[in-house]
Amino acid sequence: MALVPALVPLLRAGTLSKLHWLDFLGKASPWTSQPSLRMYGSVPAPGIFQQEDDNLQDKILSEPLKHSDFFNIRELFSLQTLFDARVHLGHKKGCRHRFMEPYIFGTRLEQDIIDLDQTVKHLQLALNFTAHVAYRKGIILFVSRNRQFTHLIEKLAVDCGEYAHVRYFKGGLLTNAPVQFGPGVRLPDLMIFFHTLNNVFETHVAVRDAAKMNIPTVGIVDTNCNPCLISYPIPGNDDSPDSIKLFCQLFGMTIKRAKAKRKQMEFLYSLQSKQTSQETPPSSSQAQLS
Amino acid sequence: MAAPWSPFAATVTSFLFIRSRSGLAQSRVVWKAAVTKQRTVAGTQLLRLLHSTSPTQKKNVATSGRNEYTVAFIKKQIEEFNIGKRHLANMMGEDPETFSQEDIDRAIAYLFPSGLFEKRARPIMKHPDDIFPKQRAIQWGEDGRPFHFLFYTGKQSYYSLMHDVYGMILNLEKHSDLLRAKDLLSQKNKEDLIGSRWLIKEELEEMLVEKLSDQDHMRFIQLLERLLTLPCGSTEEEYIQKFRRTIPVQSKKKLIEPLQYDEHGMAFSSGEGKRKTAKANVMVYEHGSGRIKVNGIDYLLYFPVTQDREQLMFPFHFLDRLGKHDMDCTVSGGGRSAQAGAIRLATANALCSFVTENEVEWMRQEYSPLSI
Repeated sequence: MALVPALVPLLRAGTLSKLHWLDFLGKASPWTSQPSLRMYGSVPAPGIFQQEDDNLQDKILSEPLKHSDFFNIRELFSLQTLFDARVHLGHKKGCRHRFMEPYIFGTRLEQDIIDLDQTVKHLQLALNFTAHVAYRKGIILFVSRNRQFTHLIEKLAVDCGEYAHVRYFKGGLLTNAPVQFGPGVRLPDLMIFFHTLNNVFETHVAVRDAAKMNIPTVGIVDTNCNPCLISYPIPGNDDSPDSIKLFCQLFGMTIKRAKAKRKQMEFLYSLQSKQTSQETPPSSSQAQLS
Repeated sequence: MAAPWSPFAATVTSFLFIRSRSGLAQSRVVWKAAVTKQRTVAGTQLLRLLHSTSPTQKKNVATSGRNEYTVAFIKKQIEEFNIGKRHLANMMGEDPETFSQEDIDRAIAYLFPSGLFEKRARPIMKHPDDIFPKQRAIQWGEDGRPFHFLFYTGKQSYYSLMHDVYGMILNLEKHSDLLRAKDLLSQKNKEDLIGSRWLIKEELEEMLVEKLSDQDHMRFIQLLERLLTLPCGSTEEEYIQKFRRTIPVQSKKKLIEPLQYDEHGMAFSSGEGKRKTAKANVMVYEHGSGRIKVNGIDYLLYFPVTQDREQLMFPFHFLDRLGKHDMDCTVSGGGRSAQAGAIRLATANALCSFVTENEVEWMRQEYSPLSI
């Protein structure tokens, strides 16, 4: 079966026009596809409206991918804001993890200082990715095991309409989900770690489990954390309340922005399709779309 | 290893290609390295390709039992129960409108007499809500997104409860800080908590419809105790009362009936006693010579066995009042020994009126079978 994954790119290349990447990365969703998924019997004649819907959906999903910073993440923060929130402060030299050495700017009185230039780049990538996932209506799960910020992170999850898991992580939560929750459960599409370590200073089990389940992860990695297995690590301070508050604000703002953008795009494209169906030139809406 | 695979690979590519062309134009089957599941189309011979099955796609037969009691099923059961209740009322010749659960129980016990010892194994007819255990409805919507923000923790109700209580604590702390700054802090009174207790783990589990561990319950109670230490407003008080249950007050003192007087002016008192299935009612007269009548018959004739008569004498002997009182008793049920024990208890209860409180206490402590 080793060749089978190799076959899939061939298939994809051959049938790209027919394949549609669904809203959230990779996970086949029976929910959005169920109305049109043909299971048994003959093929019903494709309806015109369904085709139009598909085109609409295509445009809505492909439009953000054409821009490098569709959600304008760059304006949300600067190096100065990160510095003011003490994101550059790491742990002492003795706690340093070997794999974090590339991200460390230097040490001052045995305390590691994180390179904020790199942090800015990583944070932009991570926030952009989060925005895209939220735009595509993905499930975002905030994870942390630091008890000081439990309430803050849960409030953030309520605020932006996503999910949080800041409590004791049961073993088979991700890997044994259908048994624990019931068949047909949908797993998170992105996991954001505010603290990668648990209370005994070991890497959180969810990092490994998310990698097992092909769930992309974003994580704030401090100088004593292991950045392996995290798809979008953000080197930064995870111990100060100020820095965690800043990260909460940033993630909250990006998710809300992305969701608002999605609503806006749906509205605009539906307007456009109504106008084309009524055969009037869609001049005004086109100008707004870029 | 590649060579034996290639013809297979070719066939796979070809028919999959055909399949995807042939009619999935409007459908959205996505090929992904990790997730595939082919459903066999009727009439075509397709290989069922399961690459690496994602657990979210596989139908787990073991958990299909969870969907037994759907909402529709329970609704149907309730309708059937109501109709059946009316039929039963008609059968018993009673009014269907006012047929209560006790009537149902009696009717079922009459129509289906059962000699089984285990009461739970006997035929019952109860409302489906009492029979079928409370089940959790499906926790997510059509698009698969769970409704509750703490769904992925596993114990959403419990953790959301902890979250809410902690939020309340934070608000109260802020408020009390403001008050302390203005020196307006008032002392808490603990009177509201007397006579009530916290919920036990089983009650909490029932309330949340979730399984909890002992530590979870302990943590919850600790959090509530912490909330109590802060100056609470009325909303918080009401919230806390939801988690308290009143302890039923147990009256430890026995009510001592005062002496009654009959038409001759003789003081007497009555007492009741039970032993096994025997019940006795006794009237003890203040002045007498130790004459005892049981159900109208002299006790010597009613209780031929000496042991039973000794039981009757015992309370008088204990209080050194052996020849001083007359007694009339009525007793029913049980065997001879049980009846003797019942009369003994009834006598002891009756004698409490003649005797000081200290002696009552002494009776209770010294000889517990007197069971006052």
